[in-house]
Amino acid sequence: MKQNSRQPLVSMTGICKSFPGVVANDCVDLELYSGEVLALLGENGAGKSTLMNILCGLYRPDAGEISVRGQRVHIGGPRDAQELGIGMVHQNFKLVDTMTVLENIILGMKNVGFVPDMKKIREKVLELSETYSLKVDPDASVWQLSVGEQQRVEILKLLFRNAEILILDEPTAVLTPQESNELNKVVHRMRSEGKSAIFITHKMEEVMTFSDRVMVLRKGKVVAGVNTASTSPKELARLMVGREVLFEIEKKPFAPGKPILEMQNVCALDDRGLPALKDVSIQIREGEILGIAGVAGNGQRELAEVITGLRKATSGSVKISGKDLTNAKPIQVINAGVSHIPQDRSQVGAVGDLSVASNLAMKEYRKKPLSVAGFLFPKQITLLAKRLIESFNIATPSPETRVKFLSGGNVQKTILAREITACKNLLIAVYPSRGLDVGATESVRRQLVAQREEGRGVLFISEDIDELEQVADTIAVMCDGTIMAVLPAGTADEETLGLLMAGVRPSNLESGATHESGV
Amino acid sequence: MDLITSILTITVRAGTSLVLATIGEILTERSGILNLGIEGMMLMGAVTSFAVSYYTHNLVLALLVAAGVGMVLALIHAFLCVTMRANQVVSGLSITLFGTGFASFLGQRLGPESNNFRLVGLKGAKFTPVIIPGLSDIPILGALFQQDIITYTVYVLIFVSWFFLFKTRPGLWLRSVGEDPKTADAMGIDVIKTKYRYTLIGGMLIALGGAHLSLSYTPGWAENLTGGRGWIVVALVIFSMWNPARSIWGALLFGGINAIQFRLQAGGTNIPASFLNMAPYIGTIVFLVVITWWEELSKKVGGPASLSSSYMREDK
Amino acid sequence: MKVVFEKRKNVSTTAQVLVPAISFVVSLVLSGIMLSIFGTNPFQTFAAMFKGAFGSINGFSETLVKTIPLLLTGLGVSLAFRLKFWNIGAEGQLTLGGVAAAAVALFMKDFVLGPSLLILAILAGCIAGALWAGIPGLLKTRLNVDETLTTLMLNYVAILFSEYLYYGPWRDPHGYGFPGSAPFVENAWLPRILGRAHVGLYIGLALAIILWIILRRTRWGFEISVIGASPKAAHYLGMPVERNIMLTVLLSGALCGLAGAGEVTGISHRLQQGLSIGYGYTAIIIAWMSQLNPLAIPFVSLVMAGILVGGDQVQLMMGLPSAVGSVMQGLILFPMLAGSLFSEYRLKWIPADKGPSCAKGEA
Repeated sequence: MKQNSRQPLVSMTGICKSFPGVVANDCVDLELYSGEVLALLGENGAGKSTLMNILCGLYRPDAGEISVRGQRVHIGGPRDAQELGIGMVHQNFKLVDTMTVLENIILGMKNVGFVPDMKKIREKVLELSETYSLKVDPDASVWQLSVGEQQRVEILKLLFRNAEILILDEPTAVLTPQESNELNKVVHRMRSEGKSAIFITHKMEEVMTFSDRVMVLRKGKVVAGVNTASTSPKELARLMVGREVLFEIEKKPFAPGKPILEMQNVCALDDRGLPALKDVSIQIREGEILGIAGVAGNGQRELAEVITGLRKATSGSVKISGKDLTNAKPIQVINAGVSHIPQDRSQVGAVGDLSVASNLAMKEYRKKPLSVAGFLFPKQITLLAKRLIESFNIATPSPETRVKFLSGGNVQKTILAREITACKNLLIAVYPSRGLDVGATESVRRQLVAQREEGRGVLFISEDIDELEQVADTIAVMCDGTIMAVLPAGTADEETLGLLMAGVRPSNLESGATHESGV
Repeated sequence: MDLITSILTITVRAGTSLVLATIGEILTERSGILNLGIEGMMLMGAVTSFAVSYYTHNLVLALLVAAGVGMVLALIHAFLCVTMRANQVVSGLSITLFGTGFASFLGQRLGPESNNFRLVGLKGAKFTPVIIPGLSDIPILGALFQQDIITYTVYVLIFVSWFFLFKTRPGLWLRSVGEDPKTADAMGIDVIKTKYRYTLIGGMLIALGGAHLSLSYTPGWAENLTGGRGWIVVALVIFSMWNPARSIWGALLFGGINAIQFRLQAGGTNIPASFLNMAPYIGTIVFLVVITWWEELSKKVGGPASLSSSYMREDK
Repeated sequence: MKVVFEKRKNVSTTAQVLVPAISFVVSLVLSGIMLSIFGTNPFQTFAAMFKGAFGSINGFSETLVKTIPLLLTGLGVSLAFRLKFWNIGAEGQLTLGGVAAAAVALFMKDFVLGPSLLILAILAGCIAGALWAGIPGLLKTRLNVDETLTTLMLNYVAILFSEYLYYGPWRDPHGYGFPGSAPFVENAWLPRILGRAHVGLYIGLALAIILWIILRRTRWGFEISVIGASPKAAHYLGMPVERNIMLTVLLSGALCGLAGAGEVTGISHRLQQGLSIGYGYTAIIIAWMSQLNPLAIPFVSLVMAGILVGGDQVQLMMGLPSAVGSVMQGLILFPMLAGSLFSEYRLKWIPADKGPSCAKGEA
C-alpha cells in the first residue's frame, strides 16, 4: 500500500460484512485522501458496493472501524454519513419520481426550516448548477428527466448538503458517451473545489480516465492499491480476475448450416416509448453462436424480447427456421423450439416462491409424461427435477426447496436446465453469466457451446468482450439500437471493438458490413 | 333560498364527520398504509365518546376519550402492518370486524341499569350550533356559520392539513414515505416512525369523526350508527386525490345526499335515494379508471405509489 | 443489544401450524379477559357458546346455515387471492347472486316448471356474481386499475341496488310492511337437509375438493400458481396471463354469487334485508386464515360460523350482547396477523459492541 505522510481523509480498517450465504467484505482496508479521486475496481460481486454502502450508512459492518478526518466515527445511518460530509450516488437513483428536483434535493434535510423557503433553495441550487456545470430544471418532476439529468440531480443533492466526499456507483453505466464527458468535467470541477470522490466501477476506461488512485477488490478482499498513472489496464485486469484471463473452450471448427433466425429491418420501442431497435438485421445459422456486444442498455434486451414475442416489433420481420413469427405470442415462439434465458433471473426467468422442481417443469408441464389430458402428475415432475438437478449439477437441499433460497449461480443453472432441455433450434441467452462466480460462469459458457455443437443456434448477449471472443463464432456490436458491425470472432482488435461499442464506425470498416461465412 | 340554505346547513353538519375521517385516512395513506378499519374506528369513537358524555357531561373529555380509542385501534393496525408486516387489507378488515362488534357490545353494556345497561335512547351532552353573528346572515353561505365548534375546527383543519402536507418539511417527508419508502429511508427519514405516527393520527381523526356523529349530528347512540360511512370515507380519499383541500367536495357530495334524503323520506319512498347513494361509489370507480389510465394525471394526483406494500431495510 | 428480523432460509412449516393454533388460544384468553371486565364468567360464556353452536341439533343446523355461505365465498375469495387479485367484492357478488336468483324465481315461475326453475335460479346467481367480479377484473387486466378499491365500491352499488329492488318494484304487496320481495314458489326452494341448512353444504364441500384437485393436479392449476407468484415469468413462459386472471376472477365471482343464490333459495325464500351479514368480508378473513387452502376452508368456516351462532345463543341464554361473536372473531385475527411474520422471518439477537475482530492480513 502507498505510504503517505498526510493523514487520510477517510480511513476504513478491518471492515467485515456478511449476508446469508456470502461474505461481501472480508477484512477490507481503505484510505481516501482529500482532493483525490479513488477508483474501486472489481468484478460483479467483489464487494465494492457493500463497502461503500457501509461508508454512507446504509449497512452496518459486522466488524471494523471507520475514521473520518482523524476521528473514529460510528456511522449508524445515512444521516450520520451526511453529517460527516459523505454522500453516495447509487446506480439505482434514490429519487422520488413524482416529486420535483427541488423537493428531492432537500428531502431528508432537517435544517431547511419547518416551512422551507423554496425561493432561497432554488437560488442556491441554480448557483451550484452553475459552479459544477450540472444543468437541470429545478421545477421539473423527476419522472420527466433523462437518466443523465437525474444523475445530475443526485450529485446536486450531495453538493447541496456540503458533501466533501462523494461516492459514485458505476456512474457511466447509464450515460451516453457525451454524458460521460460531461461527468468528467464535473469531477474535475469537484476536485478543483477541494472535494474527494470514490468511483465504483468494473470498467477499465473509467479507472484510467477519472481516477488518481485505484484499489482493486476481488471476492471481498483487497488485492491491490496503486496510483493510476503507474499501472495499465492489462495489469488491473489481471489483478481484478486473479489469473490469466484466457481460458480455452474446446470448439469444433465453424461449419454453419441453414439459417435458424432471420431478422430483417426490425424496429421496436423501449418501455419509455423511445426507439430501442433501429432497423436491426441479423442472422443466426445452425451450429453458430452469434455474440451481441455492447454496453448494456443499447437495445440488447429489447432485441431478445422481440424475437421471443415479449415485445412488439413496429416494423420488420422475424423468421424462425423459415417460419414467419414476427410479433408472435410467446407460446408460439416457444413451440417453434426457441428457448430464452432472460436478463431478469429472479423475477422472470425463475419464480422464487415456487420450488426448484416446479421451475424446472415450467416448460415440460404441457407435455407427456408430466401431464395428460389436462391432469398433472407430481411424481413425474419430481422425476424430471431429480434428473435435471443431477445432470446440471444444481446445488439444492431438495427438489422442493423454493428457488429464492438458492444462490445466484444455482438459480441460473435451474433456468439453464429448463431452457436447454426445451430448446429445439435456437437459444437466446441474455447476460447469462452476469453476477456469477467463476465456476458457474464457465459452466454457463460450456453449456452454450454444447448447444452449438449439437447444431443449434445461439444468440449470446454479453457485456464481456473477452467472453464473446472465446465463445462466439460471430460478433455483432450494438450501439444505440443499431448493429454497428458484424465480424467473425477474433478478427477485430480491442480498439476497434471499443470504438464500435461507443458508437463510432472506424474508417477501416465499411458501413453496414455483413459477416461472411467461413473464417 | 331558505330551502337551499337549510340543505346546506345539514350537508355541512353531515359532512363534518366525513371530512374528519377523510383527512385522517389521507394522512395514513400518504404514509403508505391502507387502513380499511375506518368503520370500526368510527363506531368505537362514537360509542365511547357518547358514553363519556352521558356520564360526565364533559364534552372535552368525551372527545379526548374518542381520540384515545382511535389511536389504540390505529396502534394495533400500525403494529401489525408496519412491524409485523402483515397483510394490510386483512388487518384493516379485522379492525372493522372487531371495532364494529366491540362497539355494539359496549353499546349494550355500558348503559345504566335503568336502561337495561344499554346506551340506546339516552341523551348525553352534545355540541350545539354556535351561530356566528353577522356572517350567519349571509344568504346561502350563512349556513356555514351556523355550525358547532367541531365543524368550525374542521374548517381550520382542512387548511392546516393541506398546508402541512404540501408546504412544510415534515409534510414533504410524509409524502416521500408514501411515494417511495426506499428512497425516503436512504435519505435518512425514519420510515417506520412516520408510518406509525400518521396511522395513529389518522386513527385519532377517524374516531373523532365518529364522535361527531354521536355528540352532534345524530346525536346519541344506536346500532350501526355510522351506517357504512367508514366505507364511504375510503371512496372519499380517492375522490380527494389524497389532498385534504379536496376532501370538502366529496364530503359535501355525500353529506348533501344525506340531507336530500331527509327531504325525500318525507315523500314516503326510498327509490331515488338508492340510486343517488350509488352515484358516489360509481363515481369513484370512474375516477380511479381515469387517473390510472392517464399516466400523467396519475403521477400528479394519483395515490401514494407504495400504498399497501411492505417495506424493510436491508431486504436483499 | 439489538433484536432484528432476519429472513429464514426455509419456510417454517412448524410456524405455519403453530401460529393459528396459538392465535386461537390467545384470542380465547383476550376474550375471556374482556368478558371478565364486564362481569361475566368467561368459562361459562365459552361453554354456552359451544353448546349453543354445536350442542344441539337446532344449534348445529344453524351453525351449518352460516357455514354454507362462508364456505362458498371463502372458496371464491381464496381463488382470486391466489392470483393476488384482491377481491374485496365478495359481499356485492353474493348480493347480486341473490338478486339474480330471486329474479328467476319470481319472474320465470310461469315459464319454467319443476326443478328446472331452481337450477336456472342457481345458475343465474353464479353468472351474476361472475359478471360483477368481471368488471373490476377487466379494469385490472386491461387498464391496471387497482382492484382492492373497485371491488369494494361495487359492494355498495350492489347492496343499494338490491335495496332498491325489494323496497321498490319487487316489494311484496302482501308483505305487512316488512320490506322484501314476494316469497318464491316451492319449486324454487333449495332442499334442506337439517333444520334450515340446505343442500348447498354438499355443493360447497364438493367444490372444495374439486378446487383442491384443480389447483394441485391440473395444468391449469399449475399455471395459476405460476401467474400468482410472478405474472411476468408466466408471460415469458408462454402462459396466457390475462385470460387466466379473468377466468379465475369470473370463477371467484361465480362462487360468491352461488352463495347468494343459496341464501335466497335455501334460507329466506325471498329477497329481503339481511341477505348477507358481512359474509363477504368474513370470507376474506377465512381465506387468509386457511392460507388459501381449499381443504382448510370448510373447517375454518365452520369454526367462524360456530362463533357467530354461539354469540347469538349466548344473547338468548345469558343476556350478553350477540356482538360477542364478532369481537371474538376480531380477536383471533390480531395474533394470527402478528404471527404470520414468523413463518418467513425469525428473531435474531445481535450482541452489543463487536470490536474489530477480524485478523489483518497483508497490507
